[in-house]
Amino acid sequence: MRSRSFLTGFLLAAGSAAGTVLYRRRAARRRERVELYFGDGSMVSLTEGSAEADRLLGHARELLAAART
Amino acid sequence: MGCVSVRPMPTTAKALADLTEISTQIEAAVVFDREGTVVASTVDDEKAGRLASSALELLRVAAEHGTQSGSEAEELAQLDVALHDGSVFVVRDEDRLIAATTTPEPTVGLVFYDLKSCLKGLGEAGSTTSTAKKRDEKP
Repeated sequence: MRSRSFLTGFLLAAGSAAGTVLYRRRAARRRERVELYFGDGSMVSLTEGSAEADRLLGHARELLAAART
Repeated sequence: MGCVSVRPMPTTAKALADLTEISTQIEAAVVFDREGTVVASTVDDEKAGRLASSALELLRVAAEHGTQSGSEAEELAQLDVALHDGSVFVVRDEDRLIAATTTPEPTVGLVFYDLKSCLKGLGEAGSTTSTAKKRDEKP
Protein backbone atom coordinates (compact mmCIF):
# COMPACT_ATOMS: atom_id res chain seq x y z
CA MET A 1 0.00 0.00 0.00
CA ARG A 2 2.81 2.36 0.98
CA SER A 3 4.91 1.55 -2.07
CA ARG A 4 1.87 2.10 -4.28
CA SER A 5 1.26 5.61 -2.96
CA PHE A 6 5.00 6.33 -3.32
CA LEU A 7 4.88 5.19 -6.94
CA THR A 8 1.79 7.35 -7.62
CA GLY A 9 3.49 10.38 -6.06
CA PHE A 10 6.67 9.73 -8.02
CA LEU A 11 4.78 9.41 -11.31
CA LEU A 12 2.84 12.60 -10.62
CA ALA A 13 6.05 14.51 -9.81
CA ALA A 14 7.85 13.15 -12.89
CA GLY A 15 4.87 13.91 -15.11
CA SER A 16 4.53 17.50 -13.93
CA ALA A 17 8.30 18.06 -14.28
CA ALA A 18 8.23 16.76 -17.86
CA GLY A 19 5.16 18.88 -18.57
CA THR A 20 6.89 22.00 -17.25
CA VAL A 21 9.97 21.34 -19.41
CA LEU A 22 7.84 20.82 -22.53
CA TYR A 23 5.73 23.91 -21.82
CA ARG A 24 8.83 26.09 -21.28
CA ARG A 25 10.48 24.78 -24.45
CA ARG A 26 7.38 25.47 -26.46
CA ALA A 27 6.99 28.94 -24.98
CA ALA A 28 10.65 29.75 -25.75
CA ARG A 29 10.21 28.57 -29.34
CA ARG A 30 7.12 30.74 -29.76
CA ARG A 31 9.00 33.91 -28.80
CA GLU A 32 9.93 36.19 -31.67
CA ARG A 33 13.69 36.35 -32.16
CA VAL A 34 16.47 37.43 -34.48
CA GLU A 35 19.60 35.38 -35.15
CA LEU A 36 22.61 37.01 -36.78
CA TYR A 37 25.37 34.79 -38.21
CA PHE A 38 28.79 36.28 -38.97
CA GLY A 39 31.50 35.19 -41.39
CA ASP A 40 33.72 33.83 -38.60
CA GLY A 41 30.99 31.41 -37.50
CA SER A 42 29.84 33.47 -34.52
CA MET A 43 26.15 33.98 -33.87
CA VAL A 44 24.19 36.59 -31.95
CA SER A 45 20.65 35.82 -30.85
CA LEU A 46 18.27 38.62 -29.88
CA THR A 47 14.84 37.94 -28.39
CA GLU A 48 11.85 40.28 -28.37
CA GLY A 49 11.93 42.89 -25.65
CA SER A 50 15.37 44.34 -26.32
CA ALA A 51 15.58 47.61 -28.30
CA GLU A 52 17.81 46.11 -31.04
CA ALA A 53 15.60 43.04 -31.49
CA ASP A 54 12.39 45.11 -31.65
CA ARG A 55 13.89 47.34 -34.37
CA LEU A 56 14.88 44.32 -36.47
CA LEU A 57 11.58 42.56 -35.80
CA GLY A 58 9.75 45.65 -37.08
CA HIS A 59 11.70 45.58 -40.36
CA ALA A 60 11.11 41.83 -40.72
CA ARG A 61 7.35 42.26 -40.12
CA GLU A 62 7.24 44.85 -42.90
CA LEU A 63 9.09 42.47 -45.23
CA LEU A 64 6.79 39.56 -44.41
CA ALA A 65 3.71 41.74 -44.92
CA ALA A 66 5.07 43.02 -48.25
CA ALA A 67 5.62 39.44 -49.42
CA ARG A 68 2.06 38.43 -48.55
CA THR A 69 0.09 41.39 -49.91
CA MET B 1 -0.51 14.97 -82.91
CA GLY B 2 0.26 17.95 -80.71
CA CYS B 3 3.26 20.17 -81.05
CA VAL B 4 5.25 21.44 -78.06
CA SER B 5 7.77 24.23 -78.13
CA VAL B 6 10.47 24.15 -75.46
CA ARG B 7 12.38 27.28 -74.55
CA PRO B 8 15.40 27.15 -72.24
CA MET B 9 14.56 28.61 -68.82
CA PRO B 10 16.92 31.34 -67.55
CA THR B 11 19.35 29.92 -64.95
CA THR B 12 18.31 32.26 -62.12
CA ALA B 13 14.60 31.63 -62.65
CA LYS B 14 15.24 27.88 -62.80
CA ALA B 15 17.27 27.99 -59.60
CA LEU B 16 14.42 29.75 -57.80
CA ALA B 17 11.83 27.40 -59.26
CA ASP B 18 13.92 24.47 -57.98
CA LEU B 19 14.22 26.15 -54.59
CA THR B 20 10.48 26.57 -54.06
CA GLU B 21 9.89 23.06 -55.35
CA ILE B 22 12.43 21.50 -52.97
CA SER B 23 11.63 23.60 -49.92
CA THR B 24 7.87 23.73 -49.39
CA GLN B 25 8.35 25.97 -46.36
CA ILE B 26 9.60 28.84 -48.55
CA GLU B 27 6.76 31.10 -49.67
CA ALA B 28 8.63 33.83 -51.55
CA ALA B 29 12.28 34.37 -52.52
CA VAL B 30 14.19 37.21 -54.18
CA VAL B 31 17.77 37.22 -55.47
CA PHE B 32 19.34 40.67 -55.64
CA ASP B 33 22.71 42.46 -55.52
CA ARG B 34 24.16 44.84 -52.93
CA GLU B 35 22.58 47.84 -54.66
CA GLY B 36 19.13 46.25 -54.42
CA THR B 37 18.83 45.37 -58.10
CA VAL B 38 16.60 42.32 -58.43
CA VAL B 39 18.18 39.44 -60.37
CA ALA B 40 15.29 36.97 -60.04
CA SER B 41 12.30 36.35 -57.84
CA THR B 42 9.30 34.13 -57.29
CA VAL B 43 6.99 37.16 -57.07
CA ASP B 44 6.10 40.00 -59.47
CA ASP B 45 8.66 42.74 -60.22
CA GLU B 46 7.08 45.45 -58.06
CA LYS B 47 6.84 43.21 -55.02
CA ALA B 48 10.34 41.85 -55.65
CA GLY B 49 11.77 45.39 -55.62
CA ARG B 50 10.04 46.14 -52.31
CA LEU B 51 11.26 42.86 -50.80
CA ALA B 52 14.85 43.51 -51.95
CA SER B 53 14.95 47.03 -50.48
CA SER B 54 13.34 45.85 -47.21
CA ALA B 55 15.86 43.00 -46.98
CA LEU B 56 18.78 45.38 -47.60
CA GLU B 57 17.47 47.70 -44.88
CA LEU B 58 17.09 44.75 -42.50
CA LEU B 59 20.65 43.66 -43.27
CA ARG B 60 21.97 47.21 -42.77
CA VAL B 61 20.32 47.53 -39.35
CA ALA B 62 21.52 44.04 -38.38
CA ALA B 63 25.09 44.87 -39.49
CA GLU B 64 24.93 48.04 -37.35
CA HIS B 65 24.08 45.88 -34.38
CA GLY B 66 26.95 43.55 -35.23
CA THR B 67 29.36 46.48 -35.23
CA GLN B 68 28.08 47.60 -31.83
CA SER B 69 28.47 44.12 -30.35
CA GLY B 70 32.13 43.93 -31.44
CA SER B 71 31.88 41.79 -34.58
CA GLU B 72 33.10 44.60 -36.87
CA ALA B 73 35.93 42.49 -38.28
CA GLU B 74 33.49 39.97 -39.68
CA GLU B 75 30.73 40.69 -42.14
CA LEU B 76 27.21 39.51 -41.48
CA ALA B 77 26.81 36.34 -43.55
CA GLN B 78 23.18 35.46 -42.90
CA LEU B 79 20.28 36.16 -40.61
CA ASP B 80 16.92 34.75 -39.71
CA VAL B 81 14.03 36.45 -37.98
CA ALA B 82 11.38 34.22 -36.44
CA LEU B 83 7.98 35.88 -36.13
CA HIS B 84 4.69 34.39 -34.95
CA ASP B 85 3.22 34.26 -38.46
CA GLY B 86 6.33 33.36 -40.44
CA SER B 87 10.08 33.77 -40.76
CA VAL B 88 12.41 35.94 -42.81
CA PHE B 89 15.80 34.73 -44.04
CA VAL B 90 18.59 36.69 -45.73
CA VAL B 91 21.80 35.00 -46.97
CA ARG B 92 24.75 36.76 -48.57
CA ASP B 93 27.27 35.17 -50.95
CA GLU B 94 29.83 37.79 -52.02
CA ASP B 95 27.91 40.41 -54.03
CA ARG B 96 24.73 38.41 -54.38
CA LEU B 97 22.02 38.05 -51.76
CA ILE B 98 18.87 36.04 -51.36
CA ALA B 99 15.92 36.90 -49.13
CA ALA B 100 13.09 34.49 -48.41
CA THR B 101 9.93 34.36 -46.36
CA THR B 102 8.63 31.10 -44.91
CA THR B 103 5.71 29.60 -43.04
CA PRO B 104 5.82 29.77 -39.19
CA GLU B 105 8.41 27.62 -37.38
CA PRO B 106 10.38 26.40 -40.40
CA THR B 107 13.35 24.00 -40.20
CA VAL B 108 15.96 26.77 -39.96
CA GLY B 109 19.01 24.68 -40.93
CA LEU B 110 17.26 23.22 -43.94
CA VAL B 111 16.07 26.61 -45.21
CA PHE B 112 19.57 28.08 -44.85
CA TYR B 113 21.02 25.09 -46.69
CA ASP B 114 18.54 25.44 -49.56
CA LEU B 115 19.09 29.20 -49.86
CA LYS B 116 22.89 28.79 -49.84
CA SER B 117 22.70 26.01 -52.44
CA CYS B 118 20.54 28.23 -54.63
CA LEU B 119 23.00 31.15 -54.38
CA LYS B 120 25.96 28.85 -54.97
CA GLY B 121 24.24 27.38 -58.02
CA LEU B 122 23.64 30.85 -59.39
CA GLY B 123 27.26 31.82 -58.73
CA GLU B 124 28.57 28.75 -60.54
CA ALA B 125 26.20 29.30 -63.46
CA GLY B 126 27.31 32.94 -63.64
CA SER B 127 31.00 32.06 -63.65
CA THR B 128 30.44 29.32 -66.25
CA THR B 129 28.60 31.79 -68.49
CA SER B 130 31.30 34.46 -68.13
CA THR B 131 34.04 31.88 -68.83
CA ALA B 132 32.17 30.72 -71.91
CA LYS B 133 31.77 34.33 -73.07
CA LYS B 134 35.49 35.02 -72.58
CA ARG B 135 36.34 31.84 -74.48
CA ASP B 136 34.05 32.92 -77.33
CA GLU B 137 35.63 36.37 -77.41
CA LYS B 138 39.13 34.93 -77.94
CA PRO B 139 40.24 34.95 -81.60
